[in-house]
Amino acid sequence: MDAVDRTIINALQGDFPVSENPFADTAASLEMDEATLIARIDAMVSDGVLSRFGPLFDADAMGGAVTLCALEVPEADFDAIAEIVNSYPEVAHNYERQHQFNMWFVVAAESRDIVDEVLLDIQGRTGLIVHDMPKQDEFFIGLRLEV
Amino acid sequence: MDSTDRKIIQATQAGLPLVSQPYHQVAEQLGLQPEDVIVRMQRMLDSGIIRRIGVVPNHYALGYRANGMSVWDVPDHDVLRLGPLVGQLPFVSHCYRRPRHLPEWHYNLFAMVHGRSREDVESQVSQIADLLGEANLGHEILYSTRILKKTGLRLAA
Repeated sequence: MDAVDRTIINALQGDFPVSENPFADTAASLEMDEATLIARIDAMVSDGVLSRFGPLFDADAMGGAVTLCALEVPEADFDAIAEIVNSYPEVAHNYERQHQFNMWFVVAAESRDIVDEVLLDIQGRTGLIVHDMPKQDEFFIGLRLEV
Repeated sequence: MDSTDRKIIQATQAGLPLVSQPYHQVAEQLGLQPEDVIVRMQRMLDSGIIRRIGVVPNHYALGYRANGMSVWDVPDHDVLRLGPLVGQLPFVSHCYRRPRHLPEWHYNLFAMVHGRSREDVESQVSQIADLLGEANLGHEILYSTRILKKTGLRLAA
């Protein structure tokens, strides 16, 4: 990652345009050419510096339901349980965390009913209590990372 | 949001095509007019269905290796006043009120903080503690030690 990559990351965490030629528009404002911008983003996605490039959707605004869940997983079963949890397309993120509650995952679906089904299913297949912690209020979202 | 919007969401949620005219390519893929895709995406952006469009950085790969979920036990009657103050701190990426799960889990305010080291995260968390003062009835930092899955939110086909 060099200065050009850093410029792209710092400048493009939100304002990519919806236009005919969005890369050309963006490249002009960053004083680089379009092909370079596309190639750099492509390389950063391939290298894993970027998780992806594109729109970030708000599942709530889509009319869907999202929740954060915690599990207390016995260490010996950790990988097997992770495999079960990750197998659901509704599970968007899953993190191991250092705590008694050591597995934290986000479930998102079109409706709360579907979320409930997934949680029940996970509970049934893992034999573990799924602690369901849907957000009740949102105070801020949108960190800008400086690199 | 109608079925065409949903198709556009499904086609773009893993990422936009990295070509000069990504919205045209999405349109072609879906059998739509490019203008239609552009108008619909702009509308979803305006209405908040799309939070933003751009790079989604991998914190770890960028050196933000310490990713701490700080969780706080704050009196319920104060949380709506204090939450926005915590959320406004520059190093807090997400801040939510969530239900307690007594007896194991008595925290109702979650603030994600990101730093290059655990020392960074700890100093950020102590700033939150200062801000909350006596309303901080207890807190912990849960560090993530592994990403087990990260696909972003997906709308099933």
